[in-house]
Amino acid sequence: MKVAILQFPGSNCDWDAEHAVADVLGVPASRIWHKSPLPAETEAVIVPGGFSFGDYLRCGAIARFSPIMKDLREFAGKGGPVLGICNGFQILCEAGLLPGALVRNDCLEFRCLTQPLLVEDSNERFNRERLGSSIALPIAHGEGNYRADETVLADLEANDQILFRYQGNPNGSANDVAGIRNSRGNVYGMMPHPERAVEPYHPNRDGLPVLEAFLEPLVSKDPVEVASS
Amino acid sequence: MSEQVVPALPPNPDPCLNVEITPELVAEHGLLPEEYENVLGILGRVPNLTELGIFSVMWSEHCAYKNTRRLLRLFPTEKADKDAVGQVLVKAGEENAGVIDVGEGWGVAFKIESHNHPSAIEPFEGAATGVGGIVRDIFTMGARPVLLTNSLRFGSLETPLVKRLFRGVVSGISHYGNCLGIPNMGGDVYFDDCYEGNPLVNALCAGILRHEDIQRGAATGVGNPVYYVGPGTGRDGLGGASFASRELTEESAEDRPAVQKGDPFMEKLLLEACLEMMAIPGLVVGIQDMGAAGLTCSTCETASRGDSGIEIDLDLVPQRETGMNSYEIMLSESQERMLVIVKRGRERELEEVFEKWDLHAARIGEVKEGDRMVVRHKGVVVADLPAKSLTDEAPIYDQPATEPEHVAQARSWSQESLPELPEDGVGESLQKLLAHPTIASKRWIWRQYDHMVMSGCTVEPGSDAGVVHLSIAGIDKRLAISNDCNNRFCYLNPYEGARIAFVECMRNLACSGARALAVTDNLNFANPNKPEAFFMLKECVKGLADACSFFDVPVVGGNVSLYNEHGEGAIDPTPVVSMVGLIEKEESVTRSFVSGPDQSVILLGGWPHELGGSYFLQTQFGKKEGKVPSVDFDAEKLLQDFLLSRISEGVLLAAHDLSEGGLLVALSEMLFENPDLGLSASFDSLGESGSLAALLFGESQGRVLVSVSPVHESALLEEAGKVGLQAHLVGKTTTSGCMKVSVDGREVLDARVSDLHETWAQSIPSMMSQ
Repeated sequence: MKVAILQFPGSNCDWDAEHAVADVLGVPASRIWHKSPLPAETEAVIVPGGFSFGDYLRCGAIARFSPIMKDLREFAGKGGPVLGICNGFQILCEAGLLPGALVRNDCLEFRCLTQPLLVEDSNERFNRERLGSSIALPIAHGEGNYRADETVLADLEANDQILFRYQGNPNGSANDVAGIRNSRGNVYGMMPHPERAVEPYHPNRDGLPVLEAFLEPLVSKDPVEVASS
Repeated sequence: MSEQVVPALPPNPDPCLNVEITPELVAEHGLLPEEYENVLGILGRVPNLTELGIFSVMWSEHCAYKNTRRLLRLFPTEKADKDAVGQVLVKAGEENAGVIDVGEGWGVAFKIESHNHPSAIEPFEGAATGVGGIVRDIFTMGARPVLLTNSLRFGSLETPLVKRLFRGVVSGISHYGNCLGIPNMGGDVYFDDCYEGNPLVNALCAGILRHEDIQRGAATGVGNPVYYVGPGTGRDGLGGASFASRELTEESAEDRPAVQKGDPFMEKLLLEACLEMMAIPGLVVGIQDMGAAGLTCSTCETASRGDSGIEIDLDLVPQRETGMNSYEIMLSESQERMLVIVKRGRERELEEVFEKWDLHAARIGEVKEGDRMVVRHKGVVVADLPAKSLTDEAPIYDQPATEPEHVAQARSWSQESLPELPEDGVGESLQKLLAHPTIASKRWIWRQYDHMVMSGCTVEPGSDAGVVHLSIAGIDKRLAISNDCNNRFCYLNPYEGARIAFVECMRNLACSGARALAVTDNLNFANPNKPEAFFMLKECVKGLADACSFFDVPVVGGNVSLYNEHGEGAIDPTPVVSMVGLIEKEESVTRSFVSGPDQSVILLGGWPHELGGSYFLQTQFGKKEGKVPSVDFDAEKLLQDFLLSRISEGVLLAAHDLSEGGLLVALSEMLFENPDLGLSASFDSLGESGSLAALLFGESQGRVLVSVSPVHESALLEEAGKVGLQAHLVGKTTTSGCMKVSVDGREVLDARVSDLHETWAQSIPSMMSQ
């Protein structure tokens, strides 16, 4: 096991993430229950989507008190790569591992669609050359409206910490933010679901390069060919 | 009057329940005097109030099908062809849901269920708990739920009441299903004045399981412990099953306590905990959802199926309110609860699973010798009844049936009575149809549903059928799902209307490349005690049963919802047909949209020629009348077999069924995925009706539009001719962005596809933003 996919009560994209990482990209992955310790051999962590603890109080607000969050903080503190998707992004924000917060969509409704995104040149992993300048990924959330104060937003912009921006903002996010990273460059959060765009029967396979970029050191060469066979 | 030979039970610990059982009290419980006589005979004594409540819910229409049981026997419950794919593994009525075989040792459990009355009173919670209930029915079988759909009916979207109901129902479904993480593939939605004040909310769930993992809802093995799992019992949903078995009235709003409150997070925990528990070999003996009639129904049904007795102690039932008496605990319909019977001596294994998921698992009783269901509270026996009397001895009625006058009138209708449609009126008629919310885009609805979770969504809502890949089971197969029922046809001719619902549903699957396996039906009707309403019910069931038998597609379960009446009158008969189909190969997955220019569009099945019951009559003249289109089962089978074999050969690029709105609506819809495309269509004659309206807007059955590459055009036309299927080249797709239609050499339509698309796409959103 190299990739730990955290499972909270109410997580519901944990299987999807495991499928994309293990079955499609061929990187060993396991789901880790929130009351268990993070396995010592963990090389990357995905905090998957869903409705952890029913999203009661605020999305991610209860999950951040789960026992496994202590290990996650340590792992991230040592520079370990962490990717939060959808509810996972919300949890990372609540836990203070990423700046800002995600609030109710400005349309006041849940939105599920394949969303065009602009790729920003964020770092050597997440950049236009590698991912393409524009990709489209599924979104499915009621609270994906990214908010941060002016200083934080200015810092994110100045430090190239924005990974993706919405083309046609579906939820009212500030600066059209769809995904960000921390300043150190090891913690990533995004509302779109790359794990839902990896199979031939998905709307597209734009999620593959995103997951590959995140898992770069762990992905063997030519994984896409293996997956499509 | 039966003699009291059996001594009465001791007084209930709650003095409020020790009241005399008067005829008024019996009537308030919805039991007829003769039904109460039966109760006296069964018990040999007067029931106490708790027992009366138990009989009342178990003998309600909702639980006992007392007005429909005879009719439901008409449905075939197994495949006649024992070699075909899709053999029935668990039949209708045997368990919480039916199960069919999909090969390689896998089965699919699926069922539809109504939550109409609760949704009329409290749309958000009513619809949400409707989803919760049907999902429990599926995972109770041991299946991992893989898809949801809904069949919804509302009044005219013009009124504030209907907008409120529509918005509430959609957000309730969205809230509950999204949180559970089960893809919601949309479904069918109709808007018609007859549903004003009495919306229909039918929710379907399908799940996948190994044959050997099918669970049973039977309490067997004397001494095995009975567990209650899930959140505590409260006073919500008291007597919901009885409430659902009455007409809606002005006073129905006072029944709001009978509407349950849902907690999808609890359900998600319960789902995962139950699947984890059921994966432990040999642990679970029986399991049953506490749905309608809650603890009452689950205890007596498991005992009855297991030919056992059962004894429970209400002091051990987790409760979230204080001071609840036996009547309330037994009749509560609090959500997200299950009854589980496990092997004696292995209790810890169950308890450990539920501890992990932070859920109650309380041992509340055990399986007993004999046939009694015995309930104790505070050390006193508060109910002692033969379990089978509740499940098997409910009265069954065959109601008188009288044909309503409008049905006879519809038969003798002639479309010659209609004014001719002028050629320059075609564009406006098409716009009116595309704007009707029944025909307009439903994206406003399904963009609120997570249809992509579980990574299986292969064809998203909006095509003829939703398709999900079964990757979660690790198998390379796809399930297709379609719901159908045009109430207008059922109102005008219930027998033919039900047959049309069936063939349309099956045709939708065929257009998607799926072979139909089995049906689950939701019979939504008015008060069966009214002869005209019962006639409609009877005829619809006959029509549906005939179709199921002809096509060898059995019914594996379903639901009956009667008394759908309100102040203004009754709903149209609405026998919703939901069908599951299987697509073996990825290449066979077919959508209803043309993907590019220079494709040949071909109409299979011949020119439409019937206008009766059509949406054209509704949008043009405001009329619900006419002779419904005829259905020819042999022709339909020929068409669908032809479609499926051409799809498996990889010839068809798109296929779309002609339904509401007819030919021009269907042609437009095929272009809407990409409104930059255009189409030049020509028809060399008006066809057999000689009517322009009937050709362009008639809803004749057995018609499908397909698109093919020009290289396959002549071969397709030829092969159709060989098997005796009418096939006409309609035209070619272009890059013009315009839809041009000519009939008999004269142009009758030249419209921008983007304008048509705008009308279709914006109709519901703009109505909802007003």
